[in-house]
Amino acid sequence: MDSVAQRLSVVGAGAALELRGVTRLFGALAALTDVTITVRPGERRAVLGSNGAGKTTLFNCITGDFPPSSGTIRFFGEDITQSPPYERIRRGLRRTYQISALFPGLTVQDNVYLACRGVSRGRFSLLRPGQNDALMHATETLVQAVHLASVKDQRVSELAHGQQRQLEIALALAGAPRFILFDEPAAGLSPTERRELIEILTSLPAHIGYIIIEHDMDVALRVVESVTMMHNGRIFKEGLPREIESDPEVQELYLGGGHE
Amino acid sequence: MSLLQSTQFRPDPSANATRRALIRTWPEFQNPAAWLVALILVIMPLIANGFFLIEIFATTLILGIIALSLMFLAGYGGMVSLMQLTIAGFAGYMVAVFGMSGNANISLGWPWWLATPMALALATLFGTLGGALAVRTEGIYTIMITLAIGAAFYYFTNQNWAIFNGHTGINTVATPHFWGVDWRSDIAFYYVTLGVAAICYFAVQHVSRAPFGLALQGVRDNSRRMAALGFDPNAHRIAAYAFAAFIAALGGVLQVWNYRQISPGSVSVGACIDVLIIAVVGGITRPIGPFIGALIFVLLRTFALDVLIKFGLDGNRFRLLIGLGFLAIVFWSSDGVIGLWERWRRRNASPTQRSGGGRLG
Repeated sequence: MDSVAQRLSVVGAGAALELRGVTRLFGALAALTDVTITVRPGERRAVLGSNGAGKTTLFNCITGDFPPSSGTIRFFGEDITQSPPYERIRRGLRRTYQISALFPGLTVQDNVYLACRGVSRGRFSLLRPGQNDALMHATETLVQAVHLASVKDQRVSELAHGQQRQLEIALALAGAPRFILFDEPAAGLSPTERRELIEILTSLPAHIGYIIIEHDMDVALRVVESVTMMHNGRIFKEGLPREIESDPEVQELYLGGGHE
Repeated sequence: MSLLQSTQFRPDPSANATRRALIRTWPEFQNPAAWLVALILVIMPLIANGFFLIEIFATTLILGIIALSLMFLAGYGGMVSLMQLTIAGFAGYMVAVFGMSGNANISLGWPWWLATPMALALATLFGTLGGALAVRTEGIYTIMITLAIGAAFYYFTNQNWAIFNGHTGINTVATPHFWGVDWRSDIAFYYVTLGVAAICYFAVQHVSRAPFGLALQGVRDNSRRMAALGFDPNAHRIAAYAFAAFIAALGGVLQVWNYRQISPGSVSVGACIDVLIIAVVGGITRPIGPFIGALIFVLLRTFALDVLIKFGLDGNRFRLLIGLGFLAIVFWSSDGVIGLWERWRRRNASPTQRSGGGRLG
């Protein structure tokens, strides 16, 4: 019993996501320095920090958009440091982008369908999906879940900003996600849309963990159970939402006078 | 649950949806002009003489098929490949080498039904390998690599005598005879090219809406995002090259049957660029574009000479006309003749048809 638990902890099998000493250099600039984070399965965490703190770079290292310069990344115990991005996605990792990265020439439905297809078999299929195709049903369900059913046949380029943000989330929910990285999902949303976003995030199945980068504290601290503060590419502080909120150092550094 | 509800509110949603899907995927079925064009193409042998049938229409269809393979790569994959004619020429050479020709020292003398699949398979392999090289680059570098492959093949055919018979090429290539039909006689050959062109056209149309084609368009628009959805972008790009190579190879087989000979001139760099011009002039957003481009190109190539001489100019200047036309098209319409046509129709459409769309939110 004990030895099994020890062995599991050695390979990091207990964690959904485990970063050890992750560093990312852009030339001489260190965007991330020696970042070590462990996130449990189902845990929901916010990453806070000013612009240039390395939050998005952290996401890019986890998804493999830019591989880290050094350090290791484990996803549910598996070393994915060298895996290409699509391998990580097929293992249940998902992400959204700060600036919507959608397919503007395709319809809403086709966008979601692609996301469902990407994490299932038949990516090279030459057969068109029929009426009873399982992926088509999954697509319909997802489109409804993010309140886009009324515009599903419209091209993405015709959507309003808020709808594009919702579609961005739909793409991250395709298939069977185990862990999701949300990069500022509330950016540019109206107060109503923010409420809908909070609703979507809090109603995710409990086994799906996520990390959310969010400047809006009202959104961020309501949907997470732990917070990581970053500053200049390093982990600055970790703790519970209320600890972070009331921490004088954090207030001085990040919240400053700008927090309302 | 939601499906049940909608059945109550709308009379027959599934039939409606099927019909809408059909119209979206096969817009031609709705268009009487498309039916008219199809009918004219089918009864063409009743209207046109042998010269028009072969020199104009069969040649147009063959060049259209080759340009279609470029349209598929450029339009859906965002990859401008200048080696599509080279792949077609390679297939043509293979038909001549494996099949029967006047150069008995080179040709292996296989029957056409063995030589043709062999040529198609080798040319597809050739195009796939070229594609695997080209996908390591993007934009202008893809153009450079594929152009380099095209140029290298041209010079290689010029200098290699063992297989390609140097600059004289391979002559009197045998064409299929079976069921008592000479398939290279004018009318039979016209129908063969029309059939192959139709299959290629509908295949490209179909693939563009199949998961593979959708994914390819996703890779074109945002390959990084596609990787973040679980797709391997380069695998899709290489598969697209393979599919396009097969189409180009079909065009190449038809071309060598058409001229009954093949020489380095058929795979020159100029001819490679002609295919690009055909695709761009016609329009690379839809599969019909390359065929329109090919028709314009063939008509200009055939008749510009006479017209120019009539005006007392040098007949060899027909390329000047093509070049000016190309400039005009690129200047006024980035999506070719079909782009001009669509814009003209939209301008004439009644404003009520152009609703803003039901934007909710």
